[in-house]
Amino acid sequence: MNARRVISQFVLYALLIAFALFFIMPLYVMIVTSLKSLTEAQTTSMWAWPQALTLGAYAEAGGKLGRGILNSLLLTIPATLLSSLVGSLNGYCLSKWKFRGSDLLFTVVLFGMFIPYQSVLIPLVYFLQKIGLYNTIPGLVFVHVIYGVPITTLIFRNYYATIPNEMIEASRIDGAGLLRTYWYVFLPISLPSFVVVAIWQFTNIWNEFLFAVTLTNNPATQPVTVALQNLTGSMISQWNVQMAGALIASLPTLIVYILLGRYFIGGMMAGSVKG
Amino acid sequence: MRHTWIVLLIAVAIIGLSLPGCSGKGKNDQAADQAAPQELTIFSWWTAGGEADGLNELIKLFEAKNPNAKVVNAAVAGGAGTNAKAVLKTRMLGGDAPGTFQVHGGAELIDTWVKAQYMASITALFNEDNLGSKFPAQLLDMVSSNGLIYAVPANIHRSNNLWYNVKIFQDNGIEVPKTLDEWLAACAKLKQAGITPIALASRNSWPVTHLFENLLVAVGGVDFYNDLFAGKIAWDDPKVMQALSTLEKLVAYANTDHSTLTWDQACGLVSQGKAAMTVMGDWAKGFFLSQGQKPGVEFGAAPTPGTVGTFIVVTDTFGLPAKAPNPELTIEFLRVVASIEGQVNFNLKKGSIPARIDVPTDRFDEVAKANMADFAANQLVPSCAHGSATNENFVIALNNQLNVFVNGDEVDKTATALEAAAKDSGLRGE
Amino acid sequence: MKESGRERWLSLLLLAPSFLLVLLFVYGFISWSGYISMSAWRGLVPDYTFVGLKQYASLLQQPRFIQDLINTGLFTALFLVGNLFFGLLLAVLLDRKLRGETFFRNLFLFPMSISFVVTGTIWMWVFNPSSGLNVFFSALGFDTSNWLWIVDKRMALFCVVMAAVWQMTGFTMAQYLAGLRGISDDIREAARIDGASETQIFTHILLPQLLPVTVGAIVILGHISLKIFDLIFVMTGGGPAQRTDVPGIYMFETTFRGDFFARGAAIGIFMLLMVAVLIVPYLIYSHRMDK
Repeated sequence: MNARRVISQFVLYALLIAFALFFIMPLYVMIVTSLKSLTEAQTTSMWAWPQALTLGAYAEAGGKLGRGILNSLLLTIPATLLSSLVGSLNGYCLSKWKFRGSDLLFTVVLFGMFIPYQSVLIPLVYFLQKIGLYNTIPGLVFVHVIYGVPITTLIFRNYYATIPNEMIEASRIDGAGLLRTYWYVFLPISLPSFVVVAIWQFTNIWNEFLFAVTLTNNPATQPVTVALQNLTGSMISQWNVQMAGALIASLPTLIVYILLGRYFIGGMMAGSVKG
Repeated sequence: MRHTWIVLLIAVAIIGLSLPGCSGKGKNDQAADQAAPQELTIFSWWTAGGEADGLNELIKLFEAKNPNAKVVNAAVAGGAGTNAKAVLKTRMLGGDAPGTFQVHGGAELIDTWVKAQYMASITALFNEDNLGSKFPAQLLDMVSSNGLIYAVPANIHRSNNLWYNVKIFQDNGIEVPKTLDEWLAACAKLKQAGITPIALASRNSWPVTHLFENLLVAVGGVDFYNDLFAGKIAWDDPKVMQALSTLEKLVAYANTDHSTLTWDQACGLVSQGKAAMTVMGDWAKGFFLSQGQKPGVEFGAAPTPGTVGTFIVVTDTFGLPAKAPNPELTIEFLRVVASIEGQVNFNLKKGSIPARIDVPTDRFDEVAKANMADFAANQLVPSCAHGSATNENFVIALNNQLNVFVNGDEVDKTATALEAAAKDSGLRGE
Repeated sequence: MKESGRERWLSLLLLAPSFLLVLLFVYGFISWSGYISMSAWRGLVPDYTFVGLKQYASLLQQPRFIQDLINTGLFTALFLVGNLFFGLLLAVLLDRKLRGETFFRNLFLFPMSISFVVTGTIWMWVFNPSSGLNVFFSALGFDTSNWLWIVDKRMALFCVVMAAVWQMTGFTMAQYLAGLRGISDDIREAARIDGASETQIFTHILLPQLLPVTVGAIVILGHISLKIFDLIFVMTGGGPAQRTDVPGIYMFETTFRGDFFARGAAIGIFMLLMVAVLIVPYLIYSHRMDK
C-alpha cells in the first residue's frame, strides 16, 4: 500500500515538475537572452547561460521603452481606478436596488464585454477624432473605462450579491437611503472586490494592444505594448534588446500579480469572475 | 478611518486623469503648435541610421537658408513605415496636415493622396530655371497626374540589382549573366559544382515580390510591365505565368531554408560565400559594406539578368499637402530637396542615388556611379513591391499570394488568384 | 413605498451615465460599423453610397478570408481542447493538497499576467527553426532539418496554439480548482466507502459537477480565440502562406493599410456575428438563471 502511494506521489510530482519546466522555459530563455551581448544573442546558443553577463540590452531597451512605460502608467492607473469606482457603484445599484428591467438592461450591457473591438474600431477612431481625443492618453483612458464597465460591474455585482440584504434593512432603519448606505456601509467593506477588479483591469489595460496601436500613433502617446512591437518591427533583429524589452514591459503587471495575486485567485475561485 | 482609503483613491484618480493632460501631447496642443507661424513639420519614417542622417542634412540646408523657421522632425518609428503611414492617414483625415511628408512616388502618392485631393500642385516649382529638365521625364511622370506635378523626388533606389560573390564567380568561371537564359545556365553550373546558386529570403513577403517584379520585366519587357500595372493585361496572361515559372525555377535553385531568412540574412549568405547570387534593391550595398566588403573585390553588383537597360525605380518624394499650415515654408523645403546640394548631401548619407541627373558624381562610390549612369540612360519603370506601381490593396494581396506560391502552390492557380485579386483591388477595374 | 420608489429612480439615474455610454460605444458603434460595411467606402474620402450586402459577398469570395475562417476554426478547436484538457489535468494534480501547491499554482498562473505581445515575441523566438527549440532537440540527437516550426506552413498554427495555451491554461486551471474545491469531501468519501475507484469518482461525480465550470471556460476562452489578434500579429504576422492569418489581422491590414474601410467594417461585423453565436445563447441562459 505504501509503495503504491510513494509511486503515485512520485508520478504526481514528476508531472507537475514537467509542466513547471514547460511553463518556465520561455521565461528562462527571455531572461538568459536579455543578459547577453548582441553577438552572443545572435548565435544558436539560445539555451546557454550567457558567457558574459551584461545589462547593455536593458539599458538600450529601457531607453527605447521609457516613454512607452510612462504612457502606459498614465493610461492604466487612472483607467483602473475610474473603472473600479464606476463598477462598484453600478454593481451596488444592480444587486441591491433593482428596478423593473434592470436585469435585462444589465444583460444587454454585459454583451459589450464580449464584442470584438474590431467591430467598433472604425467608428471609434472617427468619433475620437471628432471630439479631439484621438491620439491622446485621456482618450485611451476614456475608451478603456467605457469598455471596462461591463466586466467591472459584473464583478462588483456578484460580490455585493453575497452581502446579506439585512445590511440594507439595518441602515434604512438608521435613516440612510441608497447613497448613504453605499458610502457608509458597502464601500468600506468592498476592498476585496476592489482588489480583484483592480488587478483584472490593470493587467488587461496594461497589456492591451489593438486600441493602443490604432488610437495612438506616435511615440509620445503610445503605450508600452506598441513600443515593444515597434522593437520587433525594425529591419535587423536585436534579440537581446527585444527580450529585455519584453521583460521590462511585463514588470508592472508581474509585480502587481506577485504582490496581490493571491487575492485575485481567491476572488476568482470565489466565483467573482464567473462569466 | 474606513473612508480614508476611499478618499485617497478618488484623489489619485483625479490627479491621474489630469496628469496626461499636462504631459501628454493632446491633439489640441499639436494643433496649436501647427498654427505657429514659421514652423515646418516634416513627416517621415526615417528614424534611424543613414536615413535619419540624410534627413538631417536636408534640414540643415533648409535651416541655413531660412533662419527664422523652425523645423519639427515628426518622424514615426516602427513597422518599416507602416506606423508612419497609419499616422499620416489619420492626421490628413482629421484635417491636421503636416508641412510635408515622405511618400513613395507613383501609386502611393497619386492614388492615395492626389486623387483624393489632399495635395496641391507644385508644377510652378519645376518651371523655375528649367528645374523640370534636370529630372528624367519618366520619373516626373511618376509624380504627376493630369499633367501637373505633385512631389519632388528626393532619392532613387534601384530594385533590379543582382549581387554576387566575386570569388565564387571567379572560381567557377562564371560570367555575370545578362539574360534569363544565361542566368539559369549559370545556376545549373553552380548547382553542379555543389554551390547554392541563389540566396532567397521569404520570411517576410516583400522580398519575393521584389524578385517577382524583376522577373516580370525580364520576361515581358517594359511595355508589358507598364500595361500590366495599368490594368490592360490580365494576370493570368501567359507571360505572367512564364514569370511565375521562372520564379519557381529560381526557388528550386535557392537555399532551402529561405522561409526562415530575412533579406539581410540572404545577403549574408552571399557575403559569406554560402550562396552565389541574390536579387535585392541597392540598399543591399549598405549591408555588404557593413560586412567590411568592397565592391568589385568581394561582392559585385549588376542589373538583374534580363533587365539590362531597364531601371526599376523606388523613389521617396516630398510634396505639398493642400492643407499645409505654412505652404511657403514647404515650398522652400522642396526647393532644398530639389537642389543639387540637397540631392548630393542627402543621398550620400542615405545610400541611395540622387533623382537629379545633373549632379557631380565624384563623391559617390562605384556601385552608385554605375546606377546613376543607368538611371540617366535606361528606361524607368516604377517598382510595385515598394508602392509605386499600384495600390496598396493589390500589393498586400500579391505579397500574400506569392508567399503561398513559394511555399508550394501551382503556377496556374496562382495566376488565376492574382487576376481575381487584381479585379478585387480595382487594378483591373470592376 | 414612496421612499423605495424614489430610490429605484436614483438607482437608474446612477447607472444611466455609464450604461448610456456603453450603449453608445457598443451598440451605437456596431450599428455605425454595420452601416459602413454596407457602403462603398474605399480610399481616404468617405463614401457612404449604400451597396447592400455587396461587401460581404465579395469578402466571402476572397480566398484569404476563407482561409482565415478555416484558421480560426482550427485555432479555436485546438485551443479549447488543449486548454480544457491541461487546465483540468493541472487542477486535478494540484487538488491533492500536496506541498508546494501555492508555488505551482502561482507558476501556472503567471503567464496570464503578461501581454499577448510579449508572449508572441518570446514564442516566436522559441519556435525559430535555426535558433530555437531545434537547438535543444538537435543536442538530444534528433535531425531537425525539416522541423521548421513557425515557418512551416503545416506547423505554424500549432505553434501559435501552443503559445496561446501556455498563456491561458492557468485561468482554466484556477476555475477547475475552484470547482473541485467546491465539491465537498463528504461526497467523495461516501463514494469511496461504497467501493468506487478514484477513476469512477472522477468520471461519475466530479466531472458532471464541473460542467458549469467547463461551460463558463468555453465561453470565455472561445470568445477570446475568435477575436484573437495581437498574439498572432506579433508571432507570425499571419504567415507563412496565410496559414495563421485570422480575420482580426485581415481587418487591421485592410482598414489601416489598404484604406478599404467598407471591407474592414464588414470583417468586423462578421467577427461580431461569430462571437454572438457563442455568447448570446450563454447570456440568455445566464439571464434566466439570475431570475
